[in-house]
Amino acid sequence: MPIFVWLTIVTALRILQRNRLRAGLTMLGIIIGVGAVIAMVSIGEGAKLAVQKQIASMGANSILIWPNYTMVSGVRGGQGSVITLTVADAIDLKKKIPLLAETGWSRSGSMQVMSGGRNWSTSVIGASPSTLTIRDWSYSSGGPFTQTDMDTAARVALIGQTVVDNLFDLGEEPVGAIIRLKNVPIRIVGVLSPKGQSPSGSDQDDVVIIPFSTAERKVLGTSFLGSVSGVHVSTDRTEDVFDAVEQIREVLRSRHRLQGDRPDDFIIRTQIDVAKIQEGTSETLTGMLLAIASVSLLVGGIGIMNILLVSVTERTREIGIRMAVGAKRFHIMMQFLIEAITLSMVGGGIGVVFGVTAARLTSIIAGWPTIILGRTIVTAFGFSLVVGLFFGLYPANKAARLNPIEALRYE
Amino acid sequence: MVPLIVCEDLWKVYRVGDVEVQALRGLSLTINEGEFVAIMGTSGSGKSTLMNILGCLDQPSTGRYRLGGVEVEGLHPDQLAEIRNQRIGFVFQSFNLIPRTSALENTQLPLLYRGLSLKEQRTLASAALERVGLNGREHHTPTQLSGGQQQRVAIARALVTSPSLLLADEPTGNLDTRSSDEIMAILEELNRDGITVILVTHEIDIAAHAAREIVIKDGQVLSDRTAQGRNS
Repeated sequence: MPIFVWLTIVTALRILQRNRLRAGLTMLGIIIGVGAVIAMVSIGEGAKLAVQKQIASMGANSILIWPNYTMVSGVRGGQGSVITLTVADAIDLKKKIPLLAETGWSRSGSMQVMSGGRNWSTSVIGASPSTLTIRDWSYSSGGPFTQTDMDTAARVALIGQTVVDNLFDLGEEPVGAIIRLKNVPIRIVGVLSPKGQSPSGSDQDDVVIIPFSTAERKVLGTSFLGSVSGVHVSTDRTEDVFDAVEQIREVLRSRHRLQGDRPDDFIIRTQIDVAKIQEGTSETLTGMLLAIASVSLLVGGIGIMNILLVSVTERTREIGIRMAVGAKRFHIMMQFLIEAITLSMVGGGIGVVFGVTAARLTSIIAGWPTIILGRTIVTAFGFSLVVGLFFGLYPANKAARLNPIEALRYE
Repeated sequence: MVPLIVCEDLWKVYRVGDVEVQALRGLSLTINEGEFVAIMGTSGSGKSTLMNILGCLDQPSTGRYRLGGVEVEGLHPDQLAEIRNQRIGFVFQSFNLIPRTSALENTQLPLLYRGLSLKEQRTLASAALERVGLNGREHHTPTQLSGGQQQRVAIARALVTSPSLLLADEPTGNLDTRSSDEIMAILEELNRDGITVILVTHEIDIAAHAAREIVIKDGQVLSDRTAQGRNS
């Protein structure tokens, strides 16, 4: 049997080569389908990795809690309209939930920052030192402020790269320099390493971070001591994030005396939630593109079936001859199936080259990250095989069931 | 004398629309091993139908057909294919070679379905081509060969499996006199080597090569004469 299969493949290739144009047009659908699948999945995988990197930049295990609106006599204030989250909440969370590795809190505001003759509007964050750890900041020069700075409300700051670019000349060393916030002179102790855009698109490097106590007492001010605009906590392990979220909700509800079905007066958001939304979006997109690619493969398959039906008709007499000299139904069937598979395999192979090239070009021209996985190629190629096999079955079966006498007489 | 072909009361009925055509009407026939038989008859006499049944390409509607002791009627198409492959060689009026395929590969074809190795196929096919005097033309395609040469390739293909029966359906119908003589000489030689040859023709001088002449008319045997009978 192997010799039969082998010789049939050779024959199939010879026939394809003889009808190059026809074969090429027939394979076009498969080529486009396989190429599209590979290009799309590669772009999708690239996007997924980019999202994962962004998430990691936010601290993968971190959980963010911020105040929600409250309802007073049926009037709903906006988000954060009422002070519902405090430093005491944060400290209590740390005490009651062993899963939490770090707990930090922050308050932020928008403010003009000045240095020498220049000024720049940026977001000023008053943060507890642990917040820096949770957000996973690193430093391109200098280092973080300390618990002592926090306790003494020291006038120290960390600044992001965007702020550095706008306040200092190229090559000027910001660490040690004095900037002014609301006329309060503050010394820069560290420059934060650039993080780029957050998943929501804001510039994470356009920031000045000062100790929470300094912000509360000297810079941002407050109407209620200890109110925070966000609590940041983190767990040691990513798996624990969901359990931690449940426990945080319980603790905060009991602290805030929320009973029964009264809604939470806080919002808990994890980086995993953000990641899910992002991945969901890119998966929806990939899914849609894959659907289009599948339609192309389907059309390609129908093209193969069509050309094989033509081939069976054209070669009816040949089929008759083969039957007369002893070809069984299986042999005739195999001959046309192998021809269909050869068509789809050659098409699939060219499609792989197309897809990989398209993915590379996307990276080079559009600058999108793409990841070409081995299994993407294998799957797409395998799919083209299945298409060839499936759409080859009907014509092959039709050929195998021809009556030898009628086939021999066919003109 | 060992009978190779035994036909008893063969009927073949076709339906063409509402019309019933009786191609064979109770035909009985016995052909022994090693015979050279010519089957003659006008078109519509049923001789083509008889050929198809004898060649296991078709089945009779009723009646018995035994080929070399095997009951053929009621067999599955694949079993018929195997009998054709093992025991029967065909030579057709229109040569029926596979186009754009070399003489050697055309000759190999029956062996391909026997599952022989490529080397065995090549050896046997080359020998068969040499036997019909086509050595040196193994790699010519049908269009590069004359009609007589094409028919010789067809004969090589028919005898490459060493069949017990060779069925030649108007083998000289498309050939000039010289080529016809060559083909008939080859068939006679094969018959001398022990192959049973059944020749379907309507040309009397071609039929004269055979030792026995059967005339078919209206689906029945009209006359069955041996060469001696014809000479007398």
